[in-house]
This record gives sequence, structure tokens and C-alpha cells, in this order.
Amino acid sequence: MGPLIPQGIIPGQWNNVIAVLIGMAFGFIMEGSGFSSSRKIVGLFYGYDFTVLKVFFTATVTAAIGLLYFSYLGWIDLSMVHIHPTYVTGAIVGGVVMGVGFVTGGFCPGTSFCGVAIGKIDAIIYTLGLMAGIFVFSEAFSVFEKLYDGNYLGEITITEFFGLSPYLFVFFFTLAAIAIFFITSIIVKRVEEVNY
Amino acid sequence: MKTNIEDKSKIYYNPYFGGVVLGLILLATFYFTGRGLGASGAAKSTVVAAVDKLAPEHAQKSAYYSKFLSDDEHPLNNWLVFEVIGMLAGAFLSGALSGRLKFRTEHNPKITTKRRLIFAGIGGFFFGFGSQIARGCTSGAALSGAAVLSLGGFITMMAIFGSAYGFAYFFRKLWI
Repeated sequence: MGPLIPQGIIPGQWNNVIAVLIGMAFGFIMEGSGFSSSRKIVGLFYGYDFTVLKVFFTATVTAAIGLLYFSYLGWIDLSMVHIHPTYVTGAIVGGVVMGVGFVTGGFCPGTSFCGVAIGKIDAIIYTLGLMAGIFVFSEAFSVFEKLYDGNYLGEITITEFFGLSPYLFVFFFTLAAIAIFFITSIIVKRVEEVNY
Repeated sequence: MKTNIEDKSKIYYNPYFGGVVLGLILLATFYFTGRGLGASGAAKSTVVAAVDKLAPEHAQKSAYYSKFLSDDEHPLNNWLVFEVIGMLAGAFLSGALSGRLKFRTEHNPKITTKRRLIFAGIGGFFFGFGSQIARGCTSGAALSGAAVLSLGGFITMMAIFGSAYGFAYFFRKLWI
């Protein structure tokens, strides 16, 4: 029963080997989906290419459904799976700052690494900027500490917070994703084509 | 022959195929390790390791760097660092197979290369800064967070995309 490494079914020494293998698959599929191109990524904000949105939501839905099935079948103990902690202030403020970075830089960190791997100079500069941003935040941490720790709600899920069934939530989330895919396919036909 | 190669370099996977495979990779990551994927964490580890090397006392005293330093492990001995090493290799392989390996700056022909590079640096800076405030980026907080239905993951996901849509108008000349 999973998760295999935390349960001790696979020895911990394999952790880094698995990290490299999973990373390779992750990088391969992201690059092949077009994530090494900033102009393709940004298309979703201007309506001329929704590839990234489709890949992102399909992946989220696939993994969420998979985890619920794995749990239902007894293949994974979800109580041992790390739930990204909820710091409401940081999640909102950090997300807004990242959004500005997304639309000016044309990459997010993972996609910029794909760009670096195939020789995109803009991705290399982006990655240097990324590390500079992390460095400045770290040096100025005392100023932002309140923001960083604000409104902590614990390792809570959205369904616990609203008192919903996770199964129903994922079902409706999937329907919403399909609706978004349909709407974006209409938008892309109406927006002037951009060649890149 | 040349046109053949150029054509191939613009062909990508069907986005739903790419999404399902990416989702299965993420599911496998949870199944093996109990945690999700990430990206900005590896950049953070690199910064922490560099500061620790150049100014060890400063790093130990800092309230932020010290969170990620321990006596028995080097800051680069971290799952996400190994994952990103794999990512670079995997993306390189995919680029090589599709004829996309080339040193170049991709930009809107209406703007100069210099302008593109300046904004790429600024964008990276904002994303790096924001990813620390939110404890993760599009991979670690939004994608992996939302997959386990984390409330914070959903909030960060909506904040990133909402903000990017909100600011898109002001930066449209960079892209269209």
C-alpha cells in the first residue's frame, strides 16, 4: 500500500533515484506539450493558444481522480500524503505576485527549466531573475514574515473547509474543466491568429 | 529536408494527451513519495546552498535560510533538486527528438530581443519572490496542491491565473 517510500516498502535510498526518473518524465512531457515556448504559454492570457490551460487542468483532474480511486481501492493511505498547507494571506499575495511574473516573463519556474534545457536564452535570463527574486525575499524575510505566516488554517482541503464530499467536488471540478475547454475552443476561433 | 525539420519542431502533443500523461506522472509521484512535484523549490535550494557557501554565518543567523539548513545534510541534497536535474534531462531529450535544440531568444517580432530579455528577468524576479510568499509555484502549490484538494493550492492557483489575466492588458504589447 502506498505511498511506498513513507511506508518503508521501498527503501529511502531510492528516493533520489526516483526523483531523477520522475523529473525526466515530467520534463519530457512538458517540453513535448510546448511548455518550453513562452509565446505558446502566454497565449492563454491573450486567447490565441490555450494549450497550457488544457494540459494544466487535465493533469490536475487526472491526478485528483486517480488519488481518490487509489484511496478507495486501498492502494494509498491519503493520511500519509502531504497536503500543501493553507496560509491564506501568502497564497493570495504570493499568487498575485506570481501572476505578474507569469505575464511579463512568459514562464513559470517549471516551464522555464524546460526552456533552459533546449537553449532558450530568455528562459536562462528568467531563471536568473527567479533566483534573484528568491534571494531578495530571503534577505528581506523579516519585513515579510507577517505576510508569510498570515491566516494559517493548517493542512486543510477545500472539501473539509466547505464541508463537501471530495468525490462530488472532483466530479463537478471535472465538469467545470470540460466546460472551460469548450469555451476556450470557441474563443480561440474568434481571436486573431498569432504566428510564432 | 530542412523544411521537414522546421515543421517537426512546431508539432506538439495533443494537450489532453499531454495533460493525462502529466496527471499520471503526478499520481505516480504521490504513490511513490507521498508528495507532489515542484520546481521553484529547487531554485530556492540553489540560492540557500550558494549563500551558505559564501556567507555561512549569515545563512545560519537568517530566519529564512536557516529553515532549510541542517547539520547533517547539504541543502542541495533535496528531492526537488534531483527532480529538476531529471527535468532538464527529460526536456533536453524531448527537444532533441523534435529538432528544437537551439540557442535563441523567442520573442514577438514587434519588440526587440533586449526588451524581451529585460522582461524575462523581471518576470522571473516576480515569480521567484511570489513563490516564496506562497510557499510554492505553479507546480508545487497550484498543480500538486489542487490535486490533493488543498485549500491553499486552489487559492494560489486562482490567484496566479486571475492576476495574470488581470495584468495581461498592461503587458499586451510584449506578446501581441
